[in-house]
Amino acid sequence: MTDMTFAIPRPTGLGRFARWLRRDLRGAASLAFLLLLLTLSALAPVIAPYSPTQQDFSAIFAPISADHWLGTDDLGRDVLSRLIHGGTASLYASFLAVAIAILLGVPVGLLAGYLGGWIDDAISRIIDSFLSFPAIVLAIAVTGALGIGLTNGMIAVGIVFAPQLARLVRARTLVVRNELYVDSARCFGATTAHILWRHITPNTIQPVIVHVTLLLAAALLAEASLSFLGLGIQPPEASWGSMLARAYQNMEIAPEQMYPPGIAILLTALTFNMLGESLRDVLDPTLKRN
Amino acid sequence: MIGSTKQNAILRRLAQAIPVVVIATFLVFSLLKLVPGDIAVTLAGDNASDARIAEIRQIYGLDQPFLGQYFSWLGNVVQGDLSRSLLSGESVGASIARSFPNTLLIVVLAILIALVLGIPLGVVSASRPGGVIDTILLAIGSLGIAVPNFWLAMLLVSFFALNMNWLPATGAVPLTTSISGALAHAILPAVALAAGGVAEVMRQLRSSLVEILGSQHVRTLHAKGLSPSAILWRHSLKNVSVNLLTVTSLLFNRLFAATVVIEAVFAIPGMGSLVVKAAMNRDFPVVQGVVFVMVLVVVGVNLLTDILYRVFDPRVAR
Repeated sequence: MTDMTFAIPRPTGLGRFARWLRRDLRGAASLAFLLLLLTLSALAPVIAPYSPTQQDFSAIFAPISADHWLGTDDLGRDVLSRLIHGGTASLYASFLAVAIAILLGVPVGLLAGYLGGWIDDAISRIIDSFLSFPAIVLAIAVTGALGIGLTNGMIAVGIVFAPQLARLVRARTLVVRNELYVDSARCFGATTAHILWRHITPNTIQPVIVHVTLLLAAALLAEASLSFLGLGIQPPEASWGSMLARAYQNMEIAPEQMYPPGIAILLTALTFNMLGESLRDVLDPTLKRN
Repeated sequence: MIGSTKQNAILRRLAQAIPVVVIATFLVFSLLKLVPGDIAVTLAGDNASDARIAEIRQIYGLDQPFLGQYFSWLGNVVQGDLSRSLLSGESVGASIARSFPNTLLIVVLAILIALVLGIPLGVVSASRPGGVIDTILLAIGSLGIAVPNFWLAMLLVSFFALNMNWLPATGAVPLTTSISGALAHAILPAVALAAGGVAEVMRQLRSSLVEILGSQHVRTLHAKGLSPSAILWRHSLKNVSVNLLTVTSLLFNRLFAATVVIEAVFAIPGMGSLVVKAAMNRDFPVVQGVVFVMVLVVVGVNLLTDILYRVFDPRVAR
C-alpha cells in the first residue's frame, strides 16, 4: 500500500519549459540565438574558414567576397573568422565574470540574510561599499595592479557584480527564513547548512537566474570596453572589443570595419537582455505584465 | 516637530554613508596589495635605480605592517593629499582637478539629453500602453540599452565628424575658455553616452505612469469628469516625478563609469583617460586617487538623492 500515490497532474520542469517557449516568442528567439552563438563559439576552430591570426598582406581591407564573407582587416585577416573566434573570447569572459559573481555573491547573501544581526549589518555595509565602485573603473584598476589581461579584468568585473547578487539573495532569504517549512526543518534538527542548501537556496534561485542573465549582458559590454581600451585581450588574439579597437584606429581609411564586431556585441547584449526579461515574466509571478 | 524628525532622518542617512566611505578607502588601498612581487620594484618599472625603489617604498611606507601603511595613507587622504604620480611627479589631486570638469560636462550633458528626450517619450508610451507607438518605442529602447555606447560613439564620429565635418572629432575645450567650443566638443560624446539613458528614463517613467494611471485614485478623477490630459499632466506626472529623481541618480552613477570608454574614443582628457593611462603604466597613486574620487562622487550622489527624496516626497518623510 505504501507505494500507492495519488497522481496530481503537475507540470514537470520540462513541461513548464516547453510552455514558456511556446508562449513567449521573445524568449524562444533569444534562447535559440544564444544556443547558436554558443555552438559557434565552442566549435570556432572547426567552423571558422580561416585562422583568426593568419595574415595576408596581399588582401588588406579586402571587400566582401566569396572567399571572405565579411572581408579582411588591416593585416589581411579574415573578419568572419576573427568574429567567430572573438565570440569565444567575449562569451568566455562574460561567463567567467558572472560565474565569479555567483560564487561570491550567492553564499554571502544567504549568510547575511539567514544569520541576521550584526553579521548582516556588517555584510550589508560592505555590499553598499562595493556597490559604490563603478564596475569598469575598478576593473581597470585591478588590471593595473595584477597586470594587463582579459582574465584579470573579468575577475574584477565579477567581484564588482557579486554584491548585486548578494543583495538580491539576502532580501529573498529574509523572507524565506521565516516560512513554516524552514521552522519545521529546524525543529527536526536540520543543520544550518542543510536548511540553507535544501530549503532556502531553491527559493532564492528564480530572481538570481533573471539577474544573472541581465548581468551577462553587462559583462559582455565590460569585456568589450576593457579590450577596446587595450586592457583586455592582447593581440594577435581577437575579441569583439579588441576588433573594435583596431577598427577605431583605421576609422578614417576603413570605416566599415567597425560594423561586424559592433553589431555582434549589440545583438548578443540584446539577446541576454531579452532572455532576462522573458525569464522575469515567467519566473516572477508577482510582477504584472503591463 | 516634523522638521526635526526629518532632520534626524537626514543625519541618520549621513551617518550611514561614513562606514561605506571608510570601507571603500580600505578597498582602494588594498588594490596595491594585488601588485605581484615586490611592490616597490614592480611599480618602479624596468631599469629603476635603487634610490627610486627606496623612494617608492617610502611613499607607501612599505616597511611598515599593512594596517600601518593603510592608516598613514588614510591620514594623508583625509588631509586632501592623494600623493604624487610616479610618472610625472605631478600631484594626483591637481591631475584630478584638471580632468574632472571635462568628465562632468559630458555626464551632465548626457543626463540632460536623457531627461529631455526620455520624459516625453515615456509619457507618449504610457498614454497608450500596448499601442503601436508604445511597441515601437519599447523596441527602440531595447536597442538603446543594449548598444555598446563606445561603438555608437565611433559611428557618430565617423558620420558627423569625419564625413560631414560638422563637429570636432576629438579633444575637449574647458567651459571657462569658450562655452560654444566646450559644447561643440562635448555634444557627440554626450549623445553617445545618453543613448541607454534615454531608454532607461523612458522605460521607468512609462512603467510608473502605467501603474498610476491604472490606480483607484485616477479612476476617481475620471469619474469626477476630469479631462485625460489634466489627469496625466496635473495629477499623474506629479506623482511619479520623485521616481525620476531615483532614475537620474542611478543614471549619473552608470554614465559616470561609462564615460571612461567614451573619453578614449574622443581623446578627451578626463577622469577615464587619466585612470586608463595610469593603469597601463602602473602609476598606482593616480589609479588609487581616481578610483577613490569616483567612489566619493557616487556615494555623494546617492546621499544627495536620498536627502532630496525626503525633502520632496511627503510620503517618505516620517
